[in-house]
Amino acid sequence: MPHISLPEHLPGITGLLEYNKETAAPIRELTQFLLRGESTLTPGERELIATIVSHNNACKFCTAAHTAAADLLIGNTETCEIMKQDIDAAPVSDKMKALLKIAKQVQVLGKAVTKEAIAEAKNNGATDIEIHDTVLIAALFCLYNRYVDGMATIAPSNPEFYQGLGQRLVDNGYNRLANGYDHLKQQKQRS
Amino acid sequence: MAHITLPDESLPGIVGLFNFRPETASSLRWLADTLLRGESPLTSGERELIAAYVSHLNDCTFCHMSHASAAMAHLSCDLDQIADIRNGFQEIPVTPKLRALLNIAAKVQKSGKEVSEEDVAAARAEGAIDREIHDTVLIAASFCMFNRYVDGLGTWAPQENEDYRAMGQRMAFKGYIPPVEQTVE
Repeated sequence: MPHISLPEHLPGITGLLEYNKETAAPIRELTQFLLRGESTLTPGERELIATIVSHNNACKFCTAAHTAAADLLIGNTETCEIMKQDIDAAPVSDKMKALLKIAKQVQVLGKAVTKEAIAEAKNNGATDIEIHDTVLIAALFCLYNRYVDGMATIAPSNPEFYQGLGQRLVDNGYNRLANGYDHLKQQKQRS
Repeated sequence: MAHITLPDESLPGIVGLFNFRPETASSLRWLADTLLRGESPLTSGERELIAAYVSHLNDCTFCHMSHASAAMAHLSCDLDQIADIRNGFQEIPVTPKLRALLNIAAKVQKSGKEVSEEDVAAARAEGAIDREIHDTVLIAASFCMFNRYVDGLGTWAPQENEDYRAMGQRMAFKGYIPPVEQTVE
């Protein structure tokens, strides 16, 4: 049960973003820009960064949601699964491998990022903006993961829920839709 | 030197990063202002103490010192008392409720899953309401982001309390969003 009372039909981050829309607005704006804004990294690559950090923070809700979004954007389910076990074995570019390793270090602590990891990314063609955005995306998911688990929100166990959420993130991104999450309420009432 | 080439290396901590990437700076400034100066049942002084404490636990000098200085400004404390934040609040007057919330913030710093029902019950026993628990968790989580951003890109930080006096005053009383005329310049 969540630590504070949240609407039952809104699991994970969804209930928190509706609970306080004043704090949700800048978080949504930042996420939309970092994950969907103009970038030399594809939305799929950026979802991989969100996924590896959420996975290493053991945040079930965020890992499942961003894995679903990454799978849809990349077009397969293997990439995420292999990446979670071994970044070097994942079917992604060498630049992306180096950026994912930086993200993994950021998950531990800011000071855990090594000069070697940065040099490896630069040697594989990563630009300063790509390194910057990787660090900030990884840091942002350290916020989300702690927010979601620190409030003890519910993580649904059925995979279809995350398929639906992943599709929504692909179709609509991170801005709040006019109806919020009313569709989840209707699903809940039907079930 | 930072891990990436910043347009102005003389700007410390997050200030240099805001200057590098204005596209993300505006959302980050808006978030900080909402969390620390927006509407909340917690005072800005209490919220800056949570920010400064979590930043200390994350070993982030720039965020710790600047938010500690802002807290001192709000609470009319001397900058010498910043060290007390690192020593577990033995001198700075902290209510039992805030102490229980600082305990929750310290758990969030480790991992969201560390926050137990007992931690939350202890805060409620001291009078904390839902919104105070929410704001504490979100401020602590947000500083786990800000701290990683600042240190993950290898920015530099001034070392002395005095270096942060003016910055803390500005954060406390003018806030985190720069005035419009400054951005037009």
